[in-house]
Amino acid sequence: MNDLTSLVDWSRAQFALTAMYHWLFVPLTLGLSVIVAIMESIYFKTRDPRWLATTKFWMTIFGINFAMGVATGIILEFEFGTNWSNYSWFVGDIFGAPLAIEGLLAFFMEATFIAVMFFGWKKVSPRFHLASTWLTAVGASLSALWILVANSWMQYPVGMEFNPHEMRNVMDDFWALVLSPVAINKFFHSVLSGWTLAGVFVIGVSAWLLLKKRNVAMAVRSIKVAGWIGLAGIVATLGTGDGSAKVVSEVQPMKLAAMEGLYKGSCGQSIVAAGILNPDKQIGDDQDPYLIDISIPYGLSVLAEGDPDAFIPGVEDLLNGISLTPQGDTIRGISYAERIERGKAAHEALRRFDIAKAAGDESAMLLAHADLKKDFDYFGYGYFDSVEEAVPDIPMTFYAFHIMVILGGYFLLFYIVVLLLAYKKRGFLEGNKWWQLLAMISIPLVWICSEAGWVVAEVGRQPWVIEGLMPARAAISSIPTSSVITTFTLFAIIFTGLLVAEINIMLKYISRKSKENID
Amino acid sequence: METYEILQSYWWFLISVLGAALVFLLFVQGGQTMLLGARSDLQRTMMVNSLGRKWELSFTTLVVFGGAFFASFPLFYSTSFGGAYWLWMLILLGFVLQAVSYEFRKKKGNVYGTRTFDIFLCINGILGCMLLGVAVGTFFFGAEFTVQKGNLLNTAAPAISTWSPTHGLEAIFHWRNLLLGIAVLFLARMQAALYFINTIDDGANYRQQRKAVLVNGGVFVLLFVVFLVILLTADGHQADILDGREVITIVPFKYFHNFIEMWWALAALLIGVAAVIYAYAKTVLCDNYKCGIWYSGIGTALVVMSLFWVAGYNGTAYYPSLLDPASSLTISNSSSSPFTLTVMSWVTVIIPFVVAYIAYAWYSLNKKPITPDEMSGDDHKY
Repeated sequence: MNDLTSLVDWSRAQFALTAMYHWLFVPLTLGLSVIVAIMESIYFKTRDPRWLATTKFWMTIFGINFAMGVATGIILEFEFGTNWSNYSWFVGDIFGAPLAIEGLLAFFMEATFIAVMFFGWKKVSPRFHLASTWLTAVGASLSALWILVANSWMQYPVGMEFNPHEMRNVMDDFWALVLSPVAINKFFHSVLSGWTLAGVFVIGVSAWLLLKKRNVAMAVRSIKVAGWIGLAGIVATLGTGDGSAKVVSEVQPMKLAAMEGLYKGSCGQSIVAAGILNPDKQIGDDQDPYLIDISIPYGLSVLAEGDPDAFIPGVEDLLNGISLTPQGDTIRGISYAERIERGKAAHEALRRFDIAKAAGDESAMLLAHADLKKDFDYFGYGYFDSVEEAVPDIPMTFYAFHIMVILGGYFLLFYIVVLLLAYKKRGFLEGNKWWQLLAMISIPLVWICSEAGWVVAEVGRQPWVIEGLMPARAAISSIPTSSVITTFTLFAIIFTGLLVAEINIMLKYISRKSKENID
Repeated sequence: METYEILQSYWWFLISVLGAALVFLLFVQGGQTMLLGARSDLQRTMMVNSLGRKWELSFTTLVVFGGAFFASFPLFYSTSFGGAYWLWMLILLGFVLQAVSYEFRKKKGNVYGTRTFDIFLCINGILGCMLLGVAVGTFFFGAEFTVQKGNLLNTAAPAISTWSPTHGLEAIFHWRNLLLGIAVLFLARMQAALYFINTIDDGANYRQQRKAVLVNGGVFVLLFVVFLVILLTADGHQADILDGREVITIVPFKYFHNFIEMWWALAALLIGVAAVIYAYAKTVLCDNYKCGIWYSGIGTALVVMSLFWVAGYNGTAYYPSLLDPASSLTISNSSSSPFTLTVMSWVTVIIPFVVAYIAYAWYSLNKKPITPDEMSGDDHKY
């Protein structure tokens, strides 16, 4: 392993560690803030002290979780500079804007009103307090909006042009960033998956209260609110997931191929509902990619293109630049080998531009600029030495995608059953320990589902930090690998230590409050 | 002045405002360094709860400061954060500890005990103040880096900025940066004591905090005067345009000249210093005076803004390179494009609204001072 590869791998590991820890807390914040706001709204309308107690119970849990989200979030923003300094310059003109807007529009709103939410019960009017609770929830979602716009732009870079004088990309269409189909899908998919996660959490904790026969009325109240929020969340998450698949098919076909473990595509491509990959499978050999697979005919063509006969390319098709017509005729596009060649030509043109600029030779600059424009779409490929470098980790992407989808389907069923029980079979809801245990087991499952979603999104787009434009190896800071290993270790220890404390605090709090009569 | 230059200047002004707000809000960090010296658990609890209603604001201001710098001057973000790795990582680690400590410290089952989280708050207080001061110190006294954008095409080593092998540790142990860092720490401690006086209704606390103002304020004034003398006699990096290219030269007494040539920066410095000294003197000399935090806060903000102005305006390189003066960063060679700055400037029309709701929420929470009785109640507290 050479030094650059090691540095890139450790920097990626550090970012992944931070992001995955951060995402343990963010979806709960997104969903629980809405659930708490609805509970407080009911209290505001009814002035029923039981709703006040219910609101405060979940609000305290929200606060414990929120602190961890903040702690892990600050590192993420600054890691773009500390570990990905080339990235920060190459696209900072575009990427920095949503981050700054996030701070200005969302973070101040959250920080200001969360203080009123926790400390303002006796200091501000009930109406102002309720408004503060809602504004905290709005601030959390607004924050998600802008960081997801930024992330979506990395997956689908639009609204920019390359400036060879400064060797960076600059923004030329702000609305193209904000309204890109990737951004819209990602925002709703991520935020509403937070509702799903928080709903399962509230129902799981409430099920424990029912199991212990403590504060039964509060538990049922909580299950009803969380059930509706969660159902709305999972329905919308599945809907936007379908939209995401179509967008990925269009703008990140390599990711889609990795999600399905698809090496050679076809017209009327089936989708693997569940399966086990063949670990010996290599690109270019004739081995079956799956040891076991349960497939649905035409499924992937329908999912990705809405057309059962559409051609879906596999990894090898993409590398070779091959696609098929519905009639089975082969169309030759640009292969990855050609992309690498043209990317290196773009690099060379930029070098010539730089030399001409230093010499003040304007005609040479114009010539070099024209050559650069011709090949710039493949600029990022110029960093690769082989086509295999452009392929993501297929097993990790495949399994993460299938875990997410299977669990997503389970949670749709879960919410329908929970709401039916809450409204039609209350005795079963309160008395049956098997469903209560199932609800409790669902808590870790929903986190696995949520994290798996981000693994698909981020591992599936490798090796790019910006799709087609900049691979991770070109985005790196010039720091010793040992420094990154040290900070990785520090973060791992600190985050894990704090997570242990957080979970323990939550468990103690839930246990202690359950023994009080909140009903 | 061309539109692009106006936008760059506007964004440097906003950076200075955010920097000023951040240094003012460092009273939260300053207060955290005083928790372990509290005379009783009750007093410590009152102090924590007084600070606890503002910690997220100081934390958020740091995050927005970073985000705004990224959006408006991305070459600084790229160069400084990726280069002074250990300086920024230590700052961030301190803030990670802070973010959980308020919420966790008194909670049952927090595993490590209340004292551990109080120590975390103390660590954040010391590291946060000192190292942010050190980071600002590098705006005047420089850092060991070079920038070569052409490196982007070197596939084996593509990083455009390179630093000395110590990656920020050299900045931390540079005595002039350290001097400013320690001055910021004592300023934050003085302001924290003024804030406690303003927000906690307890006689014993008042007497103790008044002494804290006397001691910490005294040390701060002494250190700041030394810093000011060093700054006014220091060389600076001047950027000029010759034949269409930016040329950077080292100019003696650059910051002194900047104050003379930009009267408004000098006025802000003098008014700011006068306001801080007024707050300090009146709190120490007058019994029952509790409003010092406001004069001190406004004064601090004015001084910090004036320092940012002399660091970046008047053709000054705000991030001087000690290894290669031509690599130094100025507000013109490190900024975002005119398009991005314009978009971002439209977004800033919301700032008055943001300031208004922060002020209203601040007033609503602080209009009733914290009392010992409140700490024994059933409400949410840290």
